Amino acid sequence: MLEIKGLGARYGEATALDEVSLHVDEGEVVTLVGRNGAGKTTLLRCAMGLRRDMTGRVALAGRDITAAPPHRRARLGLGYVPDDRGIYAGLSVEENLTLPPAAPRSAWPLTRIYEAFPVLAARRRFPGGKLSGGEQQMLALARVLRAGARVLLCDEPTEGLAPVIVQQIGEILRGAKEHGVSVLLVEQNLRFASTVADRHYLLAQGRVVESLDNTEVRRREGELLAYLGL
Amino acid sequence: MTSFLQQAFNGLVSGSFYALLALGLAVIFGMLRVVNFAHGALYMLGAFGAVALADTTGLGFWWALLLVPLALALTGTLLERLLIRRLTALDPLYNFLLTFGIALVCQDLLRMKYGAHSQPYERGPFTGSMDLGLFDFPRYQVFVLAVSVTLCLAVWLLLTHTRIGTIVRAATERPELTRAFGIDTGRWVTPVFGFGVGLAALAGVLAAPMRAVNTGMGSDLIITVFAVVVIGGLGSVFGSVLAGFTIGMLQALGNLYVPVLSQTSVYLLMAVVLLVRPAGLFGKEEPA
Repeated sequence: MLEIKGLGARYGEATALDEVSLHVDEGEVVTLVGRNGAGKTTLLRCAMGLRRDMTGRVALAGRDITAAPPHRRARLGLGYVPDDRGIYAGLSVEENLTLPPAAPRSAWPLTRIYEAFPVLAARRRFPGGKLSGGEQQMLALARVLRAGARVLLCDEPTEGLAPVIVQQIGEILRGAKEHGVSVLLVEQNLRFASTVADRHYLLAQGRVVESLDNTEVRRREGELLAYLGL
Repeated sequence: MTSFLQQAFNGLVSGSFYALLALGLAVIFGMLRVVNFAHGALYMLGAFGAVALADTTGLGFWWALLLVPLALALTGTLLERLLIRRLTALDPLYNFLLTFGIALVCQDLLRMKYGAHSQPYERGPFTGSMDLGLFDFPRYQVFVLAVSVTLCLAVWLLLTHTRIGTIVRAATERPELTRAFGIDTGRWVTPVFGFGVGLAALAGVLAAPMRAVNTGMGSDLIITVFAVVVIGGLGSVFGSVLAGFTIGMLQALGNLYVPVLSQTSVYLLMAVVLLVRPAGLFGKEEPA
């Protein structure tokens, strides 16, 4: 579904991403793990088109979108869940949800969103800025599902959240996967990653250094955690 | 007491102009991240537009109120397309140079034709005054206040209850991210700029029958309006409008009770607000 080839990006003199190639198949959840500064967020921003000065190619469902601006990519099925959750503080929960235009076939109707996210239904008239961190994360995920995104780019959705919320986010991602949605997930929480993801890429200093499956992640957990500095 | 109320009312009328101009500046800044230093000149062009329309075609106030803002809004969209648009990628200094330069060009072009003297415009409707219970007040001034309040409310409803309003608020809060949600914010930039310019022009037409129409009228007003916008919070529509009316009143009452401070009170207030809340009363700090 999503294919990234030879992606490169720089921050001034420093290399942020160096020849990164990866792919996420339909209905597949793939995580990107790596230390802070390894280039994970930059990679998602390049994939979304928010960072223009990059080299390499990005393709969505077989279609080259390297030159497409972010709003075109969104309309073609990319859904972005940024690391700060990207909630509009001045828009109500429902306005946040309905801001992205809905894709004709894959969009979730609001009623279905509210069934899946009862906490948002209860707060639909609240300004986004008044939600708790967990609720904001739910809203950020619900928003891209409502729009009908086929590939989610999620930047550390579990960061700083209580275990019970992390569990709920896992269920949402697994549910989306069952409907054929693909997810590229930036994640530091290896335990969580191995419960939702099919495969993992280990990113270090802007390069993909390893590609791992779940059994390997479980077997080498201690080593990987030490490497990530957690 | 009567003089207090009368002066407060005068203040609300000046505030009407501040609010209309600040409102336009706020939506333009929100959507484009451009501070339009030409806003005062556009207000002046609005007033001169009314004068020129009467001189050349004989069309009166109501026609001017309709046609002049439309024509200038259209000019504004061209200006945005041709010049302002190029500012987004540049250092903010160019924002100042370009828009201030436009203001100076407008002023001097008009000065070549009309000189520095004030132009008479005696086509205002509603002459005489009306009894407001405790005091008499000029009818036309009441009309100006009503138009300004109605327009501010209408814009507020537009922003809170329509799709385009939601998009403008979203793009104001997070310009870059909004594009990642499938919204081509660039498409809305031109109409929003034109709309802000139209509001300034409309304020200018409203000013023509009651204020001196001369080439300096815009630059005199805009300095206070910038103080208003800073106090209300740059980019905050609600803050700008509220600050506009409040500062109009403060100035008028200052004139009555502390004449020494009447000209400086706005800037003192601005200094205090900036010390306590650097983003203005209703502004949000820009994320770094």
